Amino acid sequence: MKILSVMFSQLVGMWLVLTHTFTKADTVEYPDEKPALFPRYRGRIILTRDPDGAERCVACNLCAVACPVDCIALQKTEDESGRWYPEFFRINFSRCIMCGFCEEACPTYAIQLTPDFEMCEYDRQNMVYEKEQLLINGPGKYHDYNFYRIAGKSVAGKDKGEAENEDRPIDVKSLIP
Amino acid sequence: MNDGIGSPLNIFGILFGVILVAAYLTWLERRLLGIWQDRLGPNRVGPLGLLQVAADMIKIFMKEDWVPPFSDKPVFILAPALIMVTALMSFAVIPIAPNVGVIDLNIGLLFVLAFTSLSVYSAVLGGYASNNKYALMGTLRAASQSVSYEVFMGISLMGVVMLSGSFSLRDIVEAQRGGWYCFSQILGFLVFMVAAVAETHRTPFDLPEAEHEIVAGFHTEYSGMKFGMFFVGEYLSVLLSSMLVVVLFFGGWLGPGFLPPLIWFILKTFIFVCVFILLRAALPRPRYDQLMAFGWKVMLPVALLNLVLTGGVALWLGA
Repeated sequence: MKILSVMFSQLVGMWLVLTHTFTKADTVEYPDEKPALFPRYRGRIILTRDPDGAERCVACNLCAVACPVDCIALQKTEDESGRWYPEFFRINFSRCIMCGFCEEACPTYAIQLTPDFEMCEYDRQNMVYEKEQLLINGPGKYHDYNFYRIAGKSVAGKDKGEAENEDRPIDVKSLIP
Repeated sequence: MNDGIGSPLNIFGILFGVILVAAYLTWLERRLLGIWQDRLGPNRVGPLGLLQVAADMIKIFMKEDWVPPFSDKPVFILAPALIMVTALMSFAVIPIAPNVGVIDLNIGLLFVLAFTSLSVYSAVLGGYASNNKYALMGTLRAASQSVSYEVFMGISLMGVVMLSGSFSLRDIVEAQRGGWYCFSQILGFLVFMVAAVAETHRTPFDLPEAEHEIVAGFHTEYSGMKFGMFFVGEYLSVLLSSMLVVVLFFGGWLGPGFLPPLIWFILKTFIFVCVFILLRAALPRPRYDQLMAFGWKVMLPVALLNLVLTGGVALWLGA
């Protein structure tokens, strides 16, 4: 009897497979038919600018530290106004795994991931993007954010305590209220 | 009736037609498996992917044709040719239509059984000559599977021979004018179907080449067109088994008169080829001991029962 039930279950299986003749294929025929990519899809990495058009990146190296595959390399330098910026910023996309940890680590919303994954190259060296390729002329996902306008760091034209929502620094050694 | 049989047109038409169909079975199988697994299958090369076969052929001929230095070279090279030859020889006796066929042998059925049995030598010799552990495992399996499944394959067909009173496949088809043998020989049909799947080494009986367990079984060491010949041979066997089922149990070219006999034969064969592919799409591979136990403990008794019943009824009705 067991053998009959086994045979029966095989026939049921064959019938079930046969019914799939009339179900629609799940395949997305990619180059002809683009898949739906959502705004927070993690693809090609960009560097954004603040609303004033200056580079957002302050070369803090947090993204390079967070990167699990060590594909980010940068060197900090400073301009005459005291702002930090990267002397070079290099992402090796042949190593990048699009995990988005760099975006999460970034304190200034500078590094962001975009819904674009079509970056095939015939030459491996072309997968290494320099700052010119990474930097875009826009604020990316955060339109109004400007790090130096909010942060307490003093730069030329803005002293400590002059940032938005920031109080004047308290002189802890003074007794005057 | 036998006007056209054996004419050069017939011989070369069947030879090239059969090889072409076997090549296109790769495309059909991949498309059908795709459909049944909610995929599309190859559809990029040419309309509906029909030129995929040509692309595969170009690829497989460009591949390095490597003969392992540790192999038994003459046998290693001979084995893939053997499966093609044995499979193609059997097509000679298949009656495709009243005037389409290569030869009308009066021992046609025995001829087919003999050559399908010979085809196992291809797997055995190929695996043994490869001098490879996985290939040897596949060879062992092919040999023992062949031994156990040949037995009831032959026995299951004896009922058909009793009813038609002939070993000639054309006479068997003609004898089914009164009714197809798939009804009177239902047991024989089911047993033969199982044996045919086992004989073609296809899922669920593809243990000799079970790629999840023993890499690729007996053709592990094969590459390039030698590998391709094993595959074409396998698809030729599928085609042959489908044709045999149609001839022996489903009335060959017989059918209502609104279609010519040739079309009836092709239609029926196509349906059974699809059944073979459906089996592959739906059924898992059994464990090896389960396979052997099923063969000896279930299929052989059923085949013998069918033989006894058919013989008894034939005697009772006063043959």
